[in-house]
Amino acid sequence: MSSPSNKTRRTIILTALATAVHASAPRPAAAEEDPPGSDLRPQKADLLVFAEGDHAGEVIKPEDLKAGGPPVRAWPKDPKTSVVRKASRLNEVVIVKLDPAELDDDTRPRSADGIVAYSAICSHAGCPITAWVKAAQGDKEVLKCMCHNSEFDPRQGAQVVFGPAPRRLAALPLVIADGSLTIAGPFIGKTGAPQGG
Amino acid sequence: MTMKQWLLPGLLASTCLFSIACSAGPIENYSPVTSDRLKNPEPGNWMLYRRTYDGQGYSPLKEINTSNVKDMRPVWTFSTGVVEGHEAPPIVNNGIMFITTPMGQVIALNAKTGDEYWRYKRQLPDDLFQLHPTNRGVGLWQDKLYLATTDDHVVALDAKTGKVLWDTKVQDYKKGQYLTLMPLVVDGKVIVGGSGGELGVRGYVVAFDADTGKELWRTFTIPGPGEPGHETWTGDDWKSGGGSAWMTGNYDPETRTIYWGVGNAAPWPGDTHPGDNLYTTSVLALDPDNGKIKTHFQYHPNDSWDWDEVDAPMLVDLQRDGRTFKSLIHPGRNAIFWVLERKPDKINYVAGWPFVHTDVWKGIEAETGKPIVDPAHKPVMGKRVEFCPSLWGGKDWPSAAYSQNTKLVYVPANENFCGGFTGEKVPLVAGQLWLGTKPEDIGLKVRPGATHFGELQAWDPATGKKVWSHNFPKSHLFGSVTATAGDLVLVGGTNDRMFRAFHAKTGELLWEQKTNSGIMGMPVAYEVDGTQYIAVQSGWGVDAQRIQDALATQNDVGIENNVPQGGVVWVFAVKK
Repeated sequence: MSSPSNKTRRTIILTALATAVHASAPRPAAAEEDPPGSDLRPQKADLLVFAEGDHAGEVIKPEDLKAGGPPVRAWPKDPKTSVVRKASRLNEVVIVKLDPAELDDDTRPRSADGIVAYSAICSHAGCPITAWVKAAQGDKEVLKCMCHNSEFDPRQGAQVVFGPAPRRLAALPLVIADGSLTIAGPFIGKTGAPQGG
Repeated sequence: MTMKQWLLPGLLASTCLFSIACSAGPIENYSPVTSDRLKNPEPGNWMLYRRTYDGQGYSPLKEINTSNVKDMRPVWTFSTGVVEGHEAPPIVNNGIMFITTPMGQVIALNAKTGDEYWRYKRQLPDDLFQLHPTNRGVGLWQDKLYLATTDDHVVALDAKTGKVLWDTKVQDYKKGQYLTLMPLVVDGKVIVGGSGGELGVRGYVVAFDADTGKELWRTFTIPGPGEPGHETWTGDDWKSGGGSAWMTGNYDPETRTIYWGVGNAAPWPGDTHPGDNLYTTSVLALDPDNGKIKTHFQYHPNDSWDWDEVDAPMLVDLQRDGRTFKSLIHPGRNAIFWVLERKPDKINYVAGWPFVHTDVWKGIEAETGKPIVDPAHKPVMGKRVEFCPSLWGGKDWPSAAYSQNTKLVYVPANENFCGGFTGEKVPLVAGQLWLGTKPEDIGLKVRPGATHFGELQAWDPATGKKVWSHNFPKSHLFGSVTATAGDLVLVGGTNDRMFRAFHAKTGELLWEQKTNSGIMGMPVAYEVDGTQYIAVQSGWGVDAQRIQDALATQNDVGIENNVPQGGVVWVFAVKK
């Protein structure tokens, strides 16, 4: 699941931190090691690349996705600079291809040929959404966080259908442009967990 | 989050810019906490995780007792405003109560009235991944409090105001390193151990100077090259072999020895890390001055079941087999009730027996105390292996208690649970789950014909006999137990939201109270102005919730999944 560039980035961050904590080191220099734009949230016209597996880093095409799942984990990629926006885990998304007829009226306009995308970070405690399993209640498969069992139905705007999560996952609207899966606008809703009371 | 924001905690340590302390009024006449007070706490106080350094979880108070507990009523409650698992004991120092909650909040309350003095809210990073969103309490020293956080800092607060005095980064939360335990304070040292056994860490115990936050020593629970025990590992497995140390240790002031429990080996399937894997699933005896490992005892080698043995053993002067000796007592997650003898330079096996059903152990070697494994029930790569008890074990982290009155050990046990998973190669990615199986593959199965799940057990460690057991037909038991000199055994831990008091000698249920949520927290007993109180936090979540989900959705045992979350402090007394 790790790519060499990811490891390199981590090393850079650690070095940066170690340096920055030292009182005499100039702070701003360290932060600029990250490629500009890599911690920006997904932007309109960004492409999506596989976050893991043999094709990690490759652009995802609609035909790469199997109808009915399972979902794939993806990072946004700036098509102009080729920067993959993976400096923040809040940028990671899950993408799944569903039957357009199954999607509710809020979800369908954000989908592209039945493909929907959501934040991969659970709204409960910030764990990654890793599973595609039959719902605890009902017969359909749902997105599930295996840390605390929260389930989200991607057909209904990722609304919570089981578990402690307080709210739906943020949705990422998609279009297909020039044969590529493309982000149509920023996240709808809040990414990440409340982390407060 | 931008890089600059990410760097702030490191840059701005010892300021309070990334925290909020809401002051409703400073505490006056606060009683400073000293070594002597921690070694010999006043009967009315609860200043350590288990009240005393020996970890017995026993209060000498007896105003509330078997005769009058039926008249025990709530005297005040306090909503924390926080969800998830409230696991901390209410810590009480001369009329002041300190509560901690999930998400790193500390609340100072008047222990008699429930009025709030101040509240500290840790400002956790937006991208934090909390596998265990909880906290188990603040440590005390002089006029300071110590909080260990899930973004892997130790924070010192002014006990009177809640203001941050120092803030030390321990490791990097982005690599899956975090803290949930109550710090152990010994002679001005604040000692914590890291979590992250499911995220590919190498565990450690670390001590900080209570006044400055400066690191004094750090002892890894997995020995590095050249250190004794390193030979029990293969290749580079030790670098990410687990051994997290996420529960508070106990302490023997006479020999100046800390007993600290160590967690599971990682990843879970044993054939991914061949060897005995010291010091995973062990108790370490540590020197508080320098962290040096004096000796150890490993409860089982080559852990393959996620059986953290982080709950530190109780220190009990035990009469057994015609002699009195200094024992360590540990009802293990691995289903074995351990009686050990602690000597300054050695821990000897004395006795061990299964306290719940297990199919993993065929016996225990009498000389060494090493359990004999049945390979058919030991998880490996590439095939599904089932085992009993489940990965939550016979008893997970919730504490057992020892009563100095009855000489019995009270164990929050779980019976009739088995589990299983298929070992699978998973690449190690810093900060991501690394179990050696798919998380969705982990099962909890009820044994056929099971009549109950949770068991509150009373064991006589002198004879190895079970004296009584209270069984719960519709719930697991997932809460710490406290015993009092009033011959009460107090425990929540069930999915019916009850808080209960049992007769310590007979197991008779004497009193119960339905609360707002399920109770995972530790009950405590304390006294203010001559009145005894019993306090506990009710707030369900984390693993109590996970087991509940598995019972309700993976097993057809007629259990509804409806335990609401949300923390409330409950305080009870008997009306005079």
